[in-house]
Amino acid sequence: MGLPNASGDLSTEVEVDAFRRLFPLRFYEKHLLESIRPDARPLGRARETTIALGAVASANGSALAKIGSTTMLAAIKMEVMTPSLETPDEGCIAIDFHMPPICSPIVRPGRPAEAAPVVAKQLSDTILSSGMINLKELSLVSGKAAWMAYLDIYCLDADGALFDTALLSAVAAFSHLEIPVVSLNDDGKIVLSEEQGLSDREPVNKEKRKINLSSVPFSLTCVLHKNYILADPTAEEESIMDTIVTVVLDSSSQLVSLQKPGGTVLAYTSAIQVS
Amino acid sequence: MEVDREDGRSQNQLRPLACSRNILHRAHGSASWSQDTKVLAAVYGPKAGTKKNENPEKACIEVIWKPKTGQIGKPEKEYEMILKRTLESVCILTVNPNTTTSIIVQVVNDDGALLPSAINAACMALVDAGIPMKHLAVAVCCCVAKSGYVILDPTKLEEQKMKAFAYLVFPNSVHSVLPEGSLRVEGEPIENGIITSVTHGIMSVDDYFYCLERGRAASVKLSDFLRRNLQQQSTDSSKAG
Repeated sequence: MGLPNASGDLSTEVEVDAFRRLFPLRFYEKHLLESIRPDARPLGRARETTIALGAVASANGSALAKIGSTTMLAAIKMEVMTPSLETPDEGCIAIDFHMPPICSPIVRPGRPAEAAPVVAKQLSDTILSSGMINLKELSLVSGKAAWMAYLDIYCLDADGALFDTALLSAVAAFSHLEIPVVSLNDDGKIVLSEEQGLSDREPVNKEKRKINLSSVPFSLTCVLHKNYILADPTAEEESIMDTIVTVVLDSSSQLVSLQKPGGTVLAYTSAIQVS
Repeated sequence: MEVDREDGRSQNQLRPLACSRNILHRAHGSASWSQDTKVLAAVYGPKAGTKKNENPEKACIEVIWKPKTGQIGKPEKEYEMILKRTLESVCILTVNPNTTTSIIVQVVNDDGALLPSAINAACMALVDAGIPMKHLAVAVCCCVAKSGYVILDPTKLEEQKMKAFAYLVFPNSVHSVLPEGSLRVEGEPIENGIITSVTHGIMSVDDYFYCLERGRAASVKLSDFLRRNLQQQSTDSSKAG
């Protein structure tokens, strides 16, 4: 039943689905010979990407990003805090990535997914080291008050390329971010100004402003299988092919990061192809 | 371009390496790797049964990373995942299906290039335990400084000052009795491939390729060191027997 034969493609739906589950690698190899993938994408094409800004109305900045079926919701809340002594004129960003059980049948409540802390750390490394956000912009009163941005990303549907979608939603949320107006009250504490005209105290920052993003990072995840490089894998492709490469470039074509954990040996020439 | 490094090393010079095997007697295999950064690795396995979501037709590798101080957090989980994927591609997983091999890595001293030292220690521990492997994984760390030069094997201070660094893992160089052609991957000798690459910080694509070349050259030296070390210790144990 599992033997690939010419009539296998012409037979009923059930036969093909069963073949796909029982022999996933052969199923994919048959497609790769024709340079196409089961969802009719050519090897190098990524899935359709959509971004919706302002998905969470109560957050200071938010975005919903979708690459194919992988969906991530990012939201930023701002809070005032005292900066550390070593960096008195810099704010701080805390990035957290959650994979609730809604996203995939592999994740169950009480058992955090293996991928979640790894993607969280890679994401915070990439965003902080890419220099996209100048932390000095998040400062209010040097030495006394600075903004702390809490970025939370929730994975709503995990269908491969988690890091790409998470990075996209984080960048979109930062681009949508508006820093609220605050003013200094009599105790020397910073409070949120409710309305502009009624306040008799001088606001510390005059208007809601957007944050400047320089050198925005973009990432692409590919899986490698023999000589084929498949861009933007789905969860099925990621699970059967063992080598995943993620390349992050910023807008000036500098390499921000290249993660290739394990997998088969990547020859020098293929590395050039991927980047 | 000559560069002044704090401890007086040249750009391509690695710190003195020391590696010893079979230091823990209860573990099935163990090794310690030190080049200022010291890491201890212990291997227990193969044990019966695999974890829940793993493929039962292959052996499974489980990595536990113990930091020197503090609680286990996200960086440790990331190291565990990278180590697991790297070792899964190095070991022959089809020999003992439906088994789990546990590798526990304990950081004794962290002075830069932590992940490469851990990978090297874990590989030596796997050899000590007798787990079948296709080849060894040799790991190096390369840093790119702001002015564009590349140094190998940084200390912790150097790592923090540098613009970017990359951990690279290569297969070791092969002395083989088979004819040249059979070990090539896409027309290049097998030791030119990369098993794992983890980068941190911004660098240009050319810098990255330059790091790769330097890292590859260093990996040849490292694999010679490993080969000598392994041969020496195996002759020692046969004398005792």
